[in-house]
Amino acid sequence: MHWLRALKAYPAFLRISLLSNLQYRASGAIWMIGSVLEPVVYLTVWSTVARSHGGSVGGYTPEEFAAYYMMLLLVNHMTFTWVMHEFQYRIQYGQLSFALLRPIHPIHEDIALNVSFKAVQLAVILPAVILLSIAFHPKFDVEPSSIALFLPALAMGFLLRFLVEWTLALAAFWTTRVSAINQSYFSVQMLLSGRVAPIALLPTWVATAAGFLPFYYASGFPVDVALGHLTREEVLRGYGIQLVWITVAGVVISLVWKHSARKFTAVGS
Amino acid sequence: MNTVIQIDQLSKSYVVPVRGAGVRASIASLVRRKTRTVEAVKEISLSVDAGEIVGFLGPNGAGKTTTLKMLSGLLHPTSGTASVLGFEPWKRNNGFLEQITLVMGQRNQLIWDIPVIDSFDRNRVIYRLTRDEYRQRLDELVELLELSELLSKPVRNLSLGERMKCEVAAALLHHPRILFLDEPTLGLDVSMQRRLRSFIEQYNKRTGATVLLTSHYMADVVALCPRVVVIHHGVLLFDGKLADLVRKFSAQKTLVLELEEGQEDLSRFGQVVSQEGSRATIRVPKQDTAEVTARILRELKVQDLNVADPPIDEIIDQVFSGGMA
Repeated sequence: MHWLRALKAYPAFLRISLLSNLQYRASGAIWMIGSVLEPVVYLTVWSTVARSHGGSVGGYTPEEFAAYYMMLLLVNHMTFTWVMHEFQYRIQYGQLSFALLRPIHPIHEDIALNVSFKAVQLAVILPAVILLSIAFHPKFDVEPSSIALFLPALAMGFLLRFLVEWTLALAAFWTTRVSAINQSYFSVQMLLSGRVAPIALLPTWVATAAGFLPFYYASGFPVDVALGHLTREEVLRGYGIQLVWITVAGVVISLVWKHSARKFTAVGS
Repeated sequence: MNTVIQIDQLSKSYVVPVRGAGVRASIASLVRRKTRTVEAVKEISLSVDAGEIVGFLGPNGAGKTTTLKMLSGLLHPTSGTASVLGFEPWKRNNGFLEQITLVMGQRNQLIWDIPVIDSFDRNRVIYRLTRDEYRQRLDELVELLELSELLSKPVRNLSLGERMKCEVAAALLHHPRILFLDEPTLGLDVSMQRRLRSFIEQYNKRTGATVLLTSHYMADVVALCPRVVVIHHGVLLFDGKLADLVRKFSAQKTLVLELEEGQEDLSRFGQVVSQEGSRATIRVPKQDTAEVTARILRELKVQDLNVADPPIDEIIDQVFSGGMA
């Protein structure tokens, strides 16, 4: 019921958040420099390692690493969120008070804001991917069927990461020191999502753990789908795991949100 | 009259950590955190009828804002009950939220970087207004608050007064039946305060909305609120007409004299507040007013004599500095 009603607000939310994001296109572009540099650093490191190991590491040649990290750059841009950083600020400056008094769940406007930000910043990311491709010669073996499988993986990856991080952001209701929680989360996410290295290169037990946890399914998994690294069965299994985590995070949010709103209204701001 | 707000024994207390100054106290607080309970609102009961404008008076930290926050649904009370339009506010049902609004003078809900009109449009969607309703209400608010020049400006480029007008307009687009206004005129200049005040009055007359308002500015309360509620240290001290408040709490009367013969020592009649030329102001205890007036008329040649209550600000100040009078 609430969701159906909220859906009607999305066109306007998207339009308005697009306006906000366009206001900040310059500072947004500067933010993007970090996002672009990170995969370039890892790509350079792994290419060097591959060359010194006679041309490949764990089956990845420098050109395959290039393809992996170009794709990861794109996917990571499409799925990352900043809600965990913003929640403390919202509580501190009373924005959350207003949000609580509106007859719509605040998560909807956040989704719109994130989606429109991604759309605006694609104007920076796509040229970056193209330029880096010229520099690093990635070997893309992308088939149309892989693209068809990639799009749902990407959409669910975004939703999954958004919901997980929105849930963790609620920690700001209980502690004023959320940056410690954020930092721990980002460290684990970094390793288990496939950003430091493709999951296939990690020690077996880490890779196994990553196969069950949500992090890989919001970054590395869509990349692996697009590059055709996975069998049809592995892709379907990945979808399944994505759906499970989306459901878990969704349920947790609806439970924790009530509690945290109650907590907030008990303490006041 | 139908009652729209009913509060019974409403209380709110906060638990706050207590810690002494210095490193030792900091370390001690790591092991055992000492806390203290602060009672922000203590067993307040009152009821408000539809269409009333009620002013909440009290110094900083008296519990006014806490009360408004409980009634608007932002705070959960520690004990007691409240019903606003038949809803329990802190459950924040959509049906409730659609009928109320909260304006906080020191906080803004407009989106900072985009034109005002887009923030308005966001409220149109959130409150599910039809295009026609929206258009009509917007036109009305634009006219009443003189907003036409401001609509296309980004919020960050507005002055404080302009922004407050827009905040108020945004808060009223959905035609709330109850307005919670927390210091709506804070920081505004006198003429902007006056305009906002007269707008609130008009809105109340036009729509029959109920208004609960807190303000530091007595002028707001005097101009707008036939009924005032005085809260001090979380306790409700007074609930009634402004005139009755003055009667109840002013312990003194002010006599303004116009004398025929210039200077005269008036201190035998009461406390001399001012004396310039033939004009003098003295203050006497309320119960002595009649007797002192008679003596003055007998002993002095008086052209004119006026008995008045001290300014309302002074009375309020007296109430708050002396506790219950």
